[in-house]
Amino acid sequence: MIEPFTVLSSRTVVLPVDNIDTDQIIPARFLTTTQRDGLGRHLFADWRRDAANRPREDFVLNRPGAEGARILVAGRNFGCGSSREHAPWALLDYGFRAVISTEIADIFRSNALRNGLLPVVIDADSHAWLLAHPGAEIGIDLRDCTVRMAAGREAGFEVEPFARHCLLNGIDPLGWLLSQVPAIQAYEDRAACRA
Amino acid sequence: MTAPRTLFRKVWDRHVVVPETAATPAVLYIDLHLVHEVTSPQAFAALRERGLKVRRPDRTLATVDHSVPTAEASWASGLGEMDHAARYQVRTLGENCGRSGVRLFGVNSARRGIVHVIGPEQGATQPGMTIVCGDSHTTTHGAFGALAFGIGTTEVGHVLATQCLLQRLPRTLLVELEGRLGPGVTAKDVILGVIGRIGVDGGTGHVIEFRGEAVSAMSMEERMTLCNMAIEAGARAGMVAPDETTFEYLAGRPMAPQGEAWERAVVEWRELNSDPGAEYDRSVTIDVGALEPQVTWGTDPGMVMPVSGRIPAPAGAGHRKALDYMGLSAGAAIAGQPVQVVFIGSCTNSRLSDLRAAAAVLRGRRVAPGVRAMIVPGSQQVRAAAEAEGLDRVFRDAGAEWHQSGCSLCIAMNGDRAAAGQYVVSTSNRNFEGRQGQGARTLLASPLTAAASAITGKVADPRPLLEEGRRIA
Ligand code: SF4
Repeated sequence: MIEPFTVLSSRTVVLPVDNIDTDQIIPARFLTTTQRDGLGRHLFADWRRDAANRPREDFVLNRPGAEGARILVAGRNFGCGSSREHAPWALLDYGFRAVISTEIADIFRSNALRNGLLPVVIDADSHAWLLAHPGAEIGIDLRDCTVRMAAGREAGFEVEPFARHCLLNGIDPLGWLLSQVPAIQAYEDRAACRA
Repeated sequence: MTAPRTLFRKVWDRHVVVPETAATPAVLYIDLHLVHEVTSPQAFAALRERGLKVRRPDRTLATVDHSVPTAEASWASGLGEMDHAARYQVRTLGENCGRSGVRLFGVNSARRGIVHVIGPEQGATQPGMTIVCGDSHTTTHGAFGALAFGIGTTEVGHVLATQCLLQRLPRTLLVELEGRLGPGVTAKDVILGVIGRIGVDGGTGHVIEFRGEAVSAMSMEERMTLCNMAIEAGARAGMVAPDETTFEYLAGRPMAPQGEAWERAVVEWRELNSDPGAEYDRSVTIDVGALEPQVTWGTDPGMVMPVSGRIPAPAGAGHRKALDYMGLSAGAAIAGQPVQVVFIGSCTNSRLSDLRAAAAVLRGRRVAPGVRAMIVPGSQQVRAAAEAEGLDRVFRDAGAEWHQSGCSLCIAMNGDRAAAGQYVVSTSNRNFEGRQGQGARTLLASPLTAAASAITGKVADPRPLLEEGRRIA
């Protein structure tokens, strides 16, 4: 069961780097876990802490004001690279519920949707505004697929309709897939005849 | 008359169980599900929580590769110093496979190896199949004309439970590779060149079909290198239409069809070509005839240059950040940059032909003082085949380390890692920050370029060494 997602209001954290890969989001040395929780403390591990494990003061998550923010605004092509679902798990465990960019990598987007982390792709102008206003209070409404910023500024976004339906209602898509088992069985029977 | 279809579309259409509608994605049947220790435990746990069984253990194949040590010393000590969490993860996969009847090539199996090396090697990977794995480099299997792509752990659970995935139809991108490769230029250089050209997000949302003169001339192992890195261009999958080269590679492999079934399969596989006039959403043509060996200078695979070139002036903050991490300066030549580690391995370049290429450069030469050269075969079978032709001797005589198979330094989660600040010339696929160890600096290149760099202790163009080798021979 996924927590339903309807409206999210929060300050933003801005990470204006393009092509942030999932190795940065959660480095591979933390992947030996067999669990999905507790990964938030390793989120962006090597950007948050130096080799001696001291916090890097200049990294955005270590700056005052980042705490409690639930919306991450990142550069183009966020989540590229490895398919590790540990990336959205780490973001969610840390407290994020949405990521906004002008482009989000395919596997990451799919993994995020499956876990209730909303991937939001918006137009370049709105994105530029968000980058220029770190910490802005904004709202993301999944019911009408709109990001609402200051002074009436709005941006629409698209979410695959089935994933959106599942998120709005807190439905696990596996349930629906399981309801298709008769069709799957029929397909397998046909394939067995062909072979 | 049906409309002309692409190779991708033919494979897709055959696997649609329930067609997509505006409200719901297609239910797509998966022929082969590959599983490894890192991305599967939470999926098996999710099935258990819901009281579900693995629907088709016979269509599921598991191995251990990411977190298994590869150093000979670790094996000599019975994997004594293997990390606790990694050991538990490997054991968990064994238990999960045991309980569900999934075939596992485990730690002690002679058929174990990197998941994307063993699928083809065993003949499990076949043309026209849909293949998934909780691993982004599943694109490798597209070299056989399969539709193969990486998925996350939740979807690993979906496939375990239903043998299906919910998918929207992706777009298609045709990459036409014209010309013939020059000596010393490899499939790795081609795919690095392609990514440099279309960008690390150039394929996002698309399935790439590679075709053209250069592709037809490639061996299966070269086509696997090509498709392996389709994901580094952001693509869902990479595909090459099967041909005689494909059938020749697969014939007689243990899990390939045999006898009459083989004959029937080949007849079907011959249909797996894009029809004349089939339309793609996008296409790009690249002449690879004049391509040079490529090497990356930055922190994503699109930051790439010819080995004889100078590091480009930074185009934006991302490039400056990358140069800073890499400790390199714009305008400097990349050849001659000192290196401390050379890694020949990974699902991109760890097959027999890759090891032969490395051996051709290393034979009769010595790895430069102060350079650690690691040769990590992609599977135990590759290792055995290499040893049967004496490649291990060539490597050892040159002063390189000869390892057991696995992912090793490609992902640095099995104890193999480079130190902060070290330069690593690597035949793997990702030069992301910290990928080969915290602070380590990766330069991606072909096995030839990596071997030449090991000899000279600096990033080196392999072509003069190959020339010299030929003159001596
Ligand atoms: S060799 Fe590297 S890229 Fe390939 S499966 Fe292993 S970790 Fe992933």
